Amino acid sequence: MQSLTSRAKQVDRRPMTFLERIYVWEIFKGMLITLKHFFKKKATISYPEQKREFSPVFRGLHVLNRDEQGRERCTACGLCAVACPAEAITMEAAERLPGEENLYREEKYAAKYEINMLRCIFCGLCEEACPKDAIYLSETFAPSNYQRKGLIYGKPDLLIPDPVTQPEEYKKALGNRANQKEKAN
Amino acid sequence: MQITLLAFDWFFLVEKLVLIIGIISVSLVIAMYETWAERKVAAFIQDRIGPNRAGPLGLFQPLADGMKLFMKEEIIPNTSNRMLFILGPCLAMMTAMMTSAVIPWGGTLDLFGRSIPLQITDINIGILYIFGVVSMGVYGIMIGGWASNNKFSLLAALRGASQVISYELPMGLSLIALLMLTGSLKMSVIVGQQLDGWYNVLWQPLGFFIFLVCAFAECNRTPFDLPEAENELNFGYHQEYSSMKLGFYLFAEYINMFISSVIMSTLFFGGYDIPFVNDAHLVESWGNWAVLLQGFCLFAKTAMFIFLFMWVRWTIPRFRYDQLMNLCWKRLIPLALANMIITAAIVLWLKK
Repeated sequence: MQSLTSRAKQVDRRPMTFLERIYVWEIFKGMLITLKHFFKKKATISYPEQKREFSPVFRGLHVLNRDEQGRERCTACGLCAVACPAEAITMEAAERLPGEENLYREEKYAAKYEINMLRCIFCGLCEEACPKDAIYLSETFAPSNYQRKGLIYGKPDLLIPDPVTQPEEYKKALGNRANQKEKAN
Repeated sequence: MQITLLAFDWFFLVEKLVLIIGIISVSLVIAMYETWAERKVAAFIQDRIGPNRAGPLGLFQPLADGMKLFMKEEIIPNTSNRMLFILGPCLAMMTAMMTSAVIPWGGTLDLFGRSIPLQITDINIGILYIFGVVSMGVYGIMIGGWASNNKFSLLAALRGASQVISYELPMGLSLIALLMLTGSLKMSVIVGQQLDGWYNVLWQPLGFFIFLVCAFAECNRTPFDLPEAENELNFGYHQEYSSMKLGFYLFAEYINMFISSVIMSTLFFGGYDIPFVNDAHLVESWGNWAVLLQGFCLFAKTAMFIFLFMWVRWTIPRFRYDQLMNLCWKRLIPLALANMIITAAIVLWLKK
């Protein structure tokens, strides 16, 4: 029979040798192995102090982006909601009033924008669907919550800090993923 | 004669009381930190770092664990035999502590013009006493399993009882060979002979090995932890126990481990003897400090054995029940008998 992998090994059914039968020698060999592990480098990452690096394709919580002047990019076209296979996105559009040009970039904006993080599967299709680069997935993951309604994220949770008034926080929230994307563009 | 009997030595009473309290609290603290050490050793062997959050190096972890056990709800199943249910953990704890009475923990201290031996009592049947108490330990398991009124607990208790009783035989046989060499059952004499001679393990390597294996079995440690097989009998004889009664069982196990390590170092590794040094000279020149150093040496040897216990536990899996019994009755007992007869023959031959 042809073996499926190169790692397949025939089971050894030979009777045990004397050394194996008296068992003690084998225990001793096992103990040497565990002793070797005793002095090995530990694999633990002490979580809150040390964080594991994410892979470049990691997709975490959503962020609603702003442009350089701090205006919301989202125009409430609803393409993300259509693209979403888990139907996690809900939005309501509103028209921009005169005098709100410094808040919203387009004439139409999302008055309500909710993502249900319990439904979301973090596939990133909303990000791909967005024509305005208004939504993308960041490098944080959703924290736990005691109630379901706490995991329905609204606009205050999703919006990125204003790059004009809070440049530091903006940079942090943007994360490596968005930076790399900008480089690629 | 009459007068000396009536004239009660109050200092003697105080001295022994202090010694008893000291030894019991030391064994409790050591049992506490054994749980910490166990978790650390387990973690290190599995490439982890173990508890490190509570205090430096996680040293307050046992306090937190103990607190947790105390705070838990005390549940007594209503189908259980209430009195026996409470008696079980008490017996386990008591027998675990009682063995420490005959162990010499160090030489003789000179305090307040009195010479105080660091041994609670030096009875001339020391080893027999230890055996008697250790074999009583099986009642803790049996009563706990029986009183729980639970099939799994009962099965585990049956297994545990037969295991402990079986392994006492080769243990005793291996000790007989040792006792032929020492010629005394008194613990202080056995240690005294090793103080200025060779350690007994050199004369009795096989006897020591059999004793070690049996000690593992008596303490219900892996590979002989069938009584509390957590994956087949869901925790065995202490399945129905909660809160501090469970804590007592677990504690008793760790104290047993400590005491059997002490016994092994006392019988086979020279007890409180400081290795490579002439103890008598040192005690003359250093006085009480040398005695304390002796006690420390005993603890170092004990710590070594405790580490061995843990090392083995996190290395090898559990025996199957028939393997366990075969090992005892078909391997260890003949081996111990042969060891005994050969030792006896050599002792007789050398005496001629």
